[in-house]
Amino acid sequence: MDKKRYERPVIIKQYSGLMNKFGSSPVTKPMTEIDGIPIRRMVDEYGSPLFVFSEKKIRENYRKMYRLFKTRYPKVQFSWSYKTNYMNAVCSVFHQEGALAEVVSGYEYDRARRLGVEGRNIIFNGPDKNTASLERAIKESAKIHIDHFDELFEIIELTEKMNADVDVAIRVNMDTGIYPKWDRFGFNYENGEAMDAIKRIIKNPRLHLTGLHTHIGTYIMSADPYRVAASKLVNLANEIYKQYNIVLDYIDMGGGIPSNNTLKGQYLQAEQILPSLEDFADAITSPMFDLEMPHDELPTLYLENGRSLIDDAGYLISSVIANKRLSDGKRAVIIDAGVNYLFTSHWFNHKIVPGQQSGEFTENSAVYGPLCMNIDCLRENIVIPSFKKGDLVVILYVGAYSVTQWMQFITLRPNVIMVMEDGETELIRENENIEYINSLEKVPEILKNFSL
Amino acid sequence: MSNYIVSSNLAISDSGFLFYPATGESFTLNQIGIFILNKLREGKDENAVIQSLVDEYDVDKNTAERDFTDFIYQLKQNNLVQES
Repeated sequence: MDKKRYERPVIIKQYSGLMNKFGSSPVTKPMTEIDGIPIRRMVDEYGSPLFVFSEKKIRENYRKMYRLFKTRYPKVQFSWSYKTNYMNAVCSVFHQEGALAEVVSGYEYDRARRLGVEGRNIIFNGPDKNTASLERAIKESAKIHIDHFDELFEIIELTEKMNADVDVAIRVNMDTGIYPKWDRFGFNYENGEAMDAIKRIIKNPRLHLTGLHTHIGTYIMSADPYRVAASKLVNLANEIYKQYNIVLDYIDMGGGIPSNNTLKGQYLQAEQILPSLEDFADAITSPMFDLEMPHDELPTLYLENGRSLIDDAGYLISSVIANKRLSDGKRAVIIDAGVNYLFTSHWFNHKIVPGQQSGEFTENSAVYGPLCMNIDCLRENIVIPSFKKGDLVVILYVGAYSVTQWMQFITLRPNVIMVMEDGETELIRENENIEYINSLEKVPEILKNFSL
Repeated sequence: MSNYIVSSNLAISDSGFLFYPATGESFTLNQIGIFILNKLREGKDENAVIQSLVDEYDVDKNTAERDFTDFIYQLKQNNLVQES
């Protein structure tokens, strides 16, 4: 005789008078496959937890974003923000799509070069460019975006020493009406510091000013600040054209466009309140038409989008280790991926969905990672169905900053795979093992013997 | 093995709606939840309830026992049962 289907017994208290004005509780649709590949099969093959990137989604995101800008302004160039995700395979997809490399350290610069990106196709940003990496960038004709005066003077010294010319841009910070104001990077627009830096560059015969750059912040939830920022850079570019008859090669509007991840403390889901990508494209491109140079000489619009292109192309599959009841009766689920892999969960309420069909009953739960640390909490409250030990969950929107900010802490970092457009899965970063970690350590001879 | 006393006057519908007149509170249960609560109301002890779960549903004894323990905990939290 066939037995009846079993699910965990559940009882949920009903509250009246506290109705959610936005309707019924969210329905969590399970995610059983990624790009047609069953997640259970991926876990069987590569283990759990497992980071998965979708090649198809990355390319779709890139092409959609590129089309939005290219249809609004004739000359557009994207550069891939390495710090968002510098996994070689991921960067290669973006480079195949035509993105330059945008790096913010000598280490990232080296990663781009080893991947085969030529210096002239690297944008070198950031406050910490050490002497060796500046020398290399000058020698290899990278696009150096100067962050502060000490760096400007070091570049001047280096070009004299090396007897070399160099193309440079400056990073400009400004008041765009948002808080926090990112005034720690670059030269300020309002107090005239940016124009002062520009004049010093122009009067130096070895330095050639080719661009202006700004990056107004991260996860910017409104399009208008971009309009303000673009207008201010356009004003500067016009000023440079009028005073010095220099037509810039490019205006770099940076990144900061949000993904659909929901911030902690944000009442509504991100997808309900964020402006559309079209709004951002409009805000950034409209002021570009105020450029006063001849239209066949217009500067190229550079963008350094990171998060908005990769976040929803990354998934973290994780297994349920245990279910618990907290002292107040609230359910807690412990899974095998925690804040060690998702540093981003300190400020995002990552969406977590079941990895298999589950019962219709949901319960408010806390989701904890595997670390024996109180901070290891992925979600303090999430309404999810019940799970059995060994069930899978999929954590969404983890493509940005996860695999660059993750920690090797308490446990080792897992495999990372990519689902290719042809439906195959490829390992793109092997899981760590103790030999790899220990190979970096040295124990002084005197400490090698002990008896307990 | 524990016996449980279910609070009196509980009204449970077939679809899983539970009303507790003593406090005015209402709850929803899934089918397994109704099954267990009804067995307890019939006076079955823990062993008997777990055995009937294994007999009727596609579940092994360990899982049934673990889930039963968790469910009883929730019932106790809501003052719907007490240990005899």
